[in-house]
Amino acid sequence: MSATVKKFLYLNRKAPYGTIYAWESLEVVLIGAAFDQDVSLAFVDDGVYQLTKGQETAGIGMKNFSPTYAALGDYEVTKIFVEQESLQERGLSLDDLQHLVWEDEDEDYAEKDSIALVSRAEMAALMDESDVVFSF
Amino acid sequence: MKFAIQINEGPYQHQASDSAYFFTKAALEKGHEVFRVFFYHDGVDNASRLTTPPQDDRNVVERWAALAEQYELDMVVCVAAAQRRGMVDEGEAKRNGKDATNIHPRFRISGLGQLVEAAIQADRLVVFGD
Repeated sequence: MSATVKKFLYLNRKAPYGTIYAWESLEVVLIGAAFDQDVSLAFVDDGVYQLTKGQETAGIGMKNFSPTYAALGDYEVTKIFVEQESLQERGLSLDDLQHLVWEDEDEDYAEKDSIALVSRAEMAALMDESDVVFSF
Repeated sequence: MKFAIQINEGPYQHQASDSAYFFTKAALEKGHEVFRVFFYHDGVDNASRLTTPPQDDRNVVERWAALAEQYELDMVVCVAAAQRRGMVDEGEAKRNGKDATNIHPRFRISGLGQLVEAAIQADRLVVFGD
C-alpha cells in the first residue's frame, strides 16, 4: 500500500461489446480497488451503454460481464458518474441503467445510490480535478 | 517530471503505439523520468519477439527494446491481456502447458497492479490509444 492517495478517474467511453476495452477497464478498476485510492468511474459517449440493464449476450457468444458492475460497491467503488448528455443523445435515461448501490457502514449500512447524473460541464470539471485519468 | 506510460493499441495497426514510443523517447531525452511503460489491451503485441516487419519498415518491438536498454526502462506487459492474446513468457508457458514463448526479453509480464502503482508513483499517467 502507498501512503499517497490520489483522485483516480476511470473514464469509460466505449460500448460494452464489440471491443474489449470496457471489460478490460473493469478489470483495472477491480484490481485498483486494492490500492486504497480515491476512485471515481465516469461513463461518457457510448460508454453509457456499459451500465444498461438487461444485457443479454448469448446471441454474440460473449461473456456478459454487466453483473460485475453491481459488485463495485463491495469493492468500495461508490462514485459512478454518468454524463446526462451522452444518455440523452442515445435515447436513454437513468431508468435504462442498472440501479447500482453501496452500503454506507457509517450509517448502519444504509443503501445509497452509486450513480450520479452529471452534465457535460460537470464531467469536464471532474476530469480537471482528478490526479489520474485512465481512458478506456 | 516523472511519467508513467500506458499503451492500449497494437503495433502497425494503430498510430498510438508509435506516438507512445516517440513521446517516451522525447521525455527521456529531455531528462524526464519514465517510471514504467505498461502495455495493455492489444498493446501487449508490442512485446512480441517474433515480430518481423519488412526490412524497409521500422521495427516497433526492437525500437522499444533499444530504448529500454539505453534508459533501463521498466516495460511491463499485462498478464491477463497477454494470456488472452497468446503472448507468453517462459513462466506462463510452463504454467499453462504451452510449447513456445514470444515475449521479448526486454519486457516482463506482470499484473494490472503494476499499472495502478505506476499511476500512483508518477506525476503524470499518459494513455495512448483510441
